[in-house]
Amino acid sequence: MSNTVNEINILNADDAELMRISREGTLSLNLNEMKTIQTHFGALGRNPTDVEIETIAQTWSEHCVHKTFKSIIRYSEDGRETEQIDGLFPTYIQRATEDIDKPWCVSVFSDNAGIIEFDETFNLVFKVETHNHPSAIEPYGGAGTGIGGVIRDSLGTGLGAKPILNTDIFCFGMPDMPYSELPKGTLHPKRVFKGVVAGVRDYGNRMGIPTANGAILFDSRYTANPLVFCGNVGLIPRNRCEKSVEPGDLVVAVGGQTGRDGIHGATFSSAELDDTSESLGSVVQIGNPIMEKKIVDALLQARDRNLYRSITDCGAGGFSSAVGEMGEHIGAEVHLERVSLKYEGLAPWEIWLSEAQERMVIAVPPENLSELVAICEAEFVEATVLGTFTDTHKLQVFYEGAIVADLEMEFLHNGLPKPVKQAVWQPPKHPEMPSRDEGIGVGNSSYTDDLKRLLASPNIASKESVIRQYDHGVQGGVVINPLVGVANDGPSDACVITPVLGSRKGVIIANGINPKYSDVDPYLSAASAIDEALRNIVAVGGTIEKTALLDNFCWGNPDKPDRLGALVRAAKACYDIATAYGTPFISGKDSLYNEYRDTTTGEQRAIPSTLLISAICVIPDIRNAVTMDVKAPGNFIYVVGNTYAELGGSHYFGIHGFIGNNAPVVRPDEGKQTMERLSSAIDSGWVRSCHDCSEGGIGVAAAEMAFAGGYGMTLNLDNVPTGDATDADDYLLFSESNSRFIVEIEPEHRDAYENYMSDVPIGYLGTVTEAPEFVVKGRSGSPIIKTSIDVLKSAWQTPLHS
Amino acid sequence: MTEPKVLILRTAGTNCDAETDTAFQLAGAETALVHIQNLISGKVNLSDYQILAIPGGFSYGDDISAGILLAVEMKHKLTDALNQFVADGKLVIGICNGFQVLVRTGLLPGVSTSNNGTSEMTQHATLAMNTSAKFECRWVDLETQQSPCVFTKDIKPSVYLPVAHAEGRFTAPADVLAELEANNQVVFRYAESQYPRNPNGSDADIAGVCDPTGRIFGLMPHPERFLTKWNHPRWTRFAQTQDTTTEEGDGLAIFKNAVNYVKANL
Repeated sequence: MSNTVNEINILNADDAELMRISREGTLSLNLNEMKTIQTHFGALGRNPTDVEIETIAQTWSEHCVHKTFKSIIRYSEDGRETEQIDGLFPTYIQRATEDIDKPWCVSVFSDNAGIIEFDETFNLVFKVETHNHPSAIEPYGGAGTGIGGVIRDSLGTGLGAKPILNTDIFCFGMPDMPYSELPKGTLHPKRVFKGVVAGVRDYGNRMGIPTANGAILFDSRYTANPLVFCGNVGLIPRNRCEKSVEPGDLVVAVGGQTGRDGIHGATFSSAELDDTSESLGSVVQIGNPIMEKKIVDALLQARDRNLYRSITDCGAGGFSSAVGEMGEHIGAEVHLERVSLKYEGLAPWEIWLSEAQERMVIAVPPENLSELVAICEAEFVEATVLGTFTDTHKLQVFYEGAIVADLEMEFLHNGLPKPVKQAVWQPPKHPEMPSRDEGIGVGNSSYTDDLKRLLASPNIASKESVIRQYDHGVQGGVVINPLVGVANDGPSDACVITPVLGSRKGVIIANGINPKYSDVDPYLSAASAIDEALRNIVAVGGTIEKTALLDNFCWGNPDKPDRLGALVRAAKACYDIATAYGTPFISGKDSLYNEYRDTTTGEQRAIPSTLLISAICVIPDIRNAVTMDVKAPGNFIYVVGNTYAELGGSHYFGIHGFIGNNAPVVRPDEGKQTMERLSSAIDSGWVRSCHDCSEGGIGVAAAEMAFAGGYGMTLNLDNVPTGDATDADDYLLFSESNSRFIVEIEPEHRDAYENYMSDVPIGYLGTVTEAPEFVVKGRSGSPIIKTSIDVLKSAWQTPLHS
Repeated sequence: MTEPKVLILRTAGTNCDAETDTAFQLAGAETALVHIQNLISGKVNLSDYQILAIPGGFSYGDDISAGILLAVEMKHKLTDALNQFVADGKLVIGICNGFQVLVRTGLLPGVSTSNNGTSEMTQHATLAMNTSAKFECRWVDLETQQSPCVFTKDIKPSVYLPVAHAEGRFTAPADVLAELEANNQVVFRYAESQYPRNPNGSDADIAGVCDPTGRIFGLMPHPERFLTKWNHPRWTRFAQTQDTTTEEGDGLAIFKNAVNYVKANL
């Protein structure tokens, strides 16, 4: 490759030639888009340069512009077209936030992360991203640069937030998968698992950011397409939340040098993977956390001295996206030969598109340049003036004096034709699993083994071996750890931190994710993910009133109508449930094309439709927080919220080889009242421990509370409140109905608690016992579970121990 | 006198500086976060301070091994300033990565063994990779030892603090260990020998050591992460009626002792 610029001959190209250019250049542009570019340049009477067409391809990539979420969708359900949707994002996500209209939302969907109010001095920013495709090919580098990238999103929000917390959620194939079944060209899930954890660990720990919340899920369909969600929370002064760019401001690159790493990352992640993708090494970036730490150290000083007017990170598309976005409304000119390179020999388009990590672009008024450079030098950080923001409304790129790109900002940002896509939704029908109960008063059904199997199933089993590799205490503000209980090893529902040391004001971060319910209905999966995230917030002492949400959709190929139909279902649930709970979305992202194609057999596999909901809640006083471990013998155990016969997609059905059809429904009227009441009860100090009922239902939640606290429990299912006629013991135990909690109440607070909760379905289950026995009596009165908490804890701790 | 002045040393990859700063401020000191470049260039004088704190983190990425690059930089570019600081009877504390740095400069454990009477800083011990071969973030019980360490004067006999490191296994030749024991230079030991109670496999369960004078102190656990009761991983298990005098975390006493020592002696 040489330092020259090539003209791409599209003016005379036919359809086949246009598609060849797109495919061979990894442009990921479809025919309609290629033709739009052809028409645009036809009117100009010239061909585009490689720099220009690459810039357009990056800017128009699914990764950067989220065109599926903005497209027009013709949606059919059960075989008939029901509606036309003008953009999933504006219709279901953005509109939810507008309708909810929370006064504490400072900035939503417009900056690199969402911003909400924290206290008199600071706001909070929160963003979650995915780095799925790179992590599939190179787990360590892909995951590390995933967390590195989302940290830069916080740093690139407003005038820059200080990163204060990381959150990581991973989805992998089954760790015990036989090598013989591994799809061609893919890495074994165990290797992906280890590499991803190590990548996130080494980046987050070196940056000095606590990683205190997360989840790990397993499903064989993630084997070829693992999911790596990385989130970052930042703290930003209230008067540093807005940015602007003025013509005459300098385009300044701050941070690492530019190399050939990560070229085409944006377009690569906008396509399916196949068995040859592993050879695409150059699309994965190379991370250097210490460089990023230095940038944070330097830029936060510059921010506090007001030395720049705007900032964004170089992520997908590199400088082309960063400068193109910052100058969208005015124009910019950039001189590529000024870019600090790792090594010589890069073609201009490569410099322009490189996704080399740890680079930020800032807009600096010329009079502030010398002070900015001095700060950067003092922190060993390079700052390079690349050009100037202009008033030409053009993106003009020069290389050694010659113009190599001359693009209208209007065409670049608004020229993308809005696609029309077809979506269909056909409800599946799975075999139903009958209750294994022998009926009330009959026989001696035992579910002890089922409970052990559930606790040992990889989605539920302890993730301690991973959590301990993350520094969750750095910055000194963590007050509820990810591991809690008498031996510091129980599964906390969420983490709580005090971002300002010495203040009692806290932040809770939690998440919800239920891809198994997508096999029944993605609507229920999405609704349940929201409910679960909110339950986790409430369980540690938060309120839904002060909670904001983030949505991260990971889906299969949206050009396939069934995949898109599933996406429509999920988006509809986002609107319905978020508005019902009054919890706005403040940021989100989607990663589509998570599919794998075997090029020899033609076999095509998609991931389960996966929506991650992340939740952030501000609480006035962390001293009112609670944890999930039981505290003392003699205390009473209650279930809060109605149980229904909802085992579709449940773990209980799963261990018996069934999916079923009745996935948990969210009933926001019930759920909202339950959560609001419970929050107040916790605030009143009546609740000694609280755990959300999710995977594995009441049985798993109660068992986890018992062994985390080091005490036994004697429970009785007689009083479990039900919303339907469910009476089978196994259904009561393992149903995964939403909006439910298990709480521990001290005897002296029992009356106050029961009175206060009188209009919410609650049921007295039993007591905490000194004896370390976990006993559950079924409706017949005889024990259906009887074992020691040590046996249960060991079942839960062993599977992912190393 | 004015408040004791603490210089909290920063460089690329330092990341526990803010909470170390908070800890010293809570203890009543005046603090300054100073990049090592500003000491080397002479913009800031070490002699203006009475306490030097080297916080945790991954200085220079812990390239080669933990703390070594910063140690070399201090040894060779701040030689006189450091020697003078120590000779003046001032205090030095290194936490986690800071401890690794102090050990690699030779300031800790500061034993005489095979030093041949020279004043040159020589490394006599090391902090090696944990026996678990991975990064460990967990709380540990520490037993306070009888030692001349001014930072732990009158501190509780058992202290609870978090560790978060991959290279924390204190190890040294037998003669060095023997001299440490003879001089009572072991300040903290992990309460038990077996993993994970001893989280890294340290020789003699050593979690922290001081120099023979007790004025230079290094430890792997993080006292700056336990400044209030709510940092304790099990505070929700404490009885709700617990009186408020216990709101102070175990770690704060270490910083207070340093400040009080300066007030009384310097």
